[in-house]
Amino acid sequence: MRIRDHAHLSDEALVALVARFDEGALAELYDRIGGIAYGLAYRVLRDESLAEDAVQEAFLGLWRAAATFIPEQAKASTWILTLVHRRAVDLVRREERRRSEQLDEAPEASTGSAEDSAWLNFERERVQGALRQLPDQQREALELAYYGGFTQSELAERLGQPLGTIKSRMFSGLSRLRELLDDRAERDAWTTTSS
Amino acid sequence: MDDHLELTAAYALDALEPQERERYEYHLATCERCREELASFWTVSGALAHAAGGPPPAPALRERILAQARSERPNVVPLRPRWALPAAASVAAVAAMFALGLGLWGSSLSRELDRERSARAGAGEALAIVSDPGAHTVAFRGAEGHIVVSDAGKAAVVLSGLEPAPEGKTYELWVVENGVFRPAGLFEGSDARLVQVLSRPVPANAKVAVTLEEEGGVDAPTGPPLFETI
Repeated sequence: MRIRDHAHLSDEALVALVARFDEGALAELYDRIGGIAYGLAYRVLRDESLAEDAVQEAFLGLWRAAATFIPEQAKASTWILTLVHRRAVDLVRREERRRSEQLDEAPEASTGSAEDSAWLNFERERVQGALRQLPDQQREALELAYYGGFTQSELAERLGQPLGTIKSRMFSGLSRLRELLDDRAERDAWTTTSS
Repeated sequence: MDDHLELTAAYALDALEPQERERYEYHLATCERCREELASFWTVSGALAHAAGGPPPAPALRERILAQARSERPNVVPLRPRWALPAAASVAAVAAMFALGLGLWGSSLSRELDRERSARAGAGEALAIVSDPGAHTVAFRGAEGHIVVSDAGKAAVVLSGLEPAPEGKTYELWVVENGVFRPAGLFEGSDARLVQVLSRPVPANAKVAVTLEEEGGVDAPTGPPLFETI
């Protein structure tokens, strides 16, 4: 196997290489995104072995279907994390026991590990800060849906709210979060370009 | 409130029941506004992913993933994809986006296929096949692509760089066993990239072939395959 240095390539270029079954490109993508992916899967599944399954299956999906990625549509990292999240919620929905436990214990914010990069720590702080600015009910709906893996119908039932209320909380919460993150992104971009 | 916009948020959070998910994906194939909204919401859910925290993965996971990938590297490497090493996304490209969503649905959602006999394959099913740990891949000869066959024999075709079918024509998939061609779905090839679930299983000794046929498809191929698996 040829060893090539992929460190200088963008995530999108790496996915293009994975589409040609370039193993080094897959390894580089895993090194960039695997930690975030595993953290996400673990938060949803609360089980190391299942979280590993979700990440492995998503990366194999990437290996087998990278040719279908459209770089104009989404960042490669977003695409991969979407695959991981989908696998994780599909797995958690098969685990009834775990799920009933999870409702009593709302997912807590994690501070991550010391090995994480400064950038990831910064990004995590930024998103968690934006989440804290949401109204409690919107934040609860987003967190239980995204990190808890609950469907909107399950949330309606378990929170004792009409389905319409849950839908509206998720939509408003996600829209508001988008605004909060956009504002900050613009401010950051301005700071960067003006420095 | 537009119900579809609320569904878009729920979809981006993976909070829909399987049937709702599938219905929404059909809607998405025809609604540009929802595709744009979804792209934007996906960026937000991607941000939530970064904030998940959690412990680091065991080092062995990396090796396991790479070992399995290596073990199923198709033995024919596709030609250089025409979209390799993309330039920065243009506004026009972004506006034209999401016909394939994140690439995991596409012509499988076309109305042609909706009418097609047994095919009922959304992104979820395609994703389940390509993510199946027991699956294997077989390359096509004569086209950039391969099939992924799950442990249970369910198969998805992954193709890139195929020209759209000419007006009035359609590509047709076939499962070929002992020289017998059985129809396995239609696709238009109107998108540069395609993932489509075959409407019938692929047994271990079978091949998958593609022909060009009259719109609507046929029960037996009218000519030799354009390309087939090795």
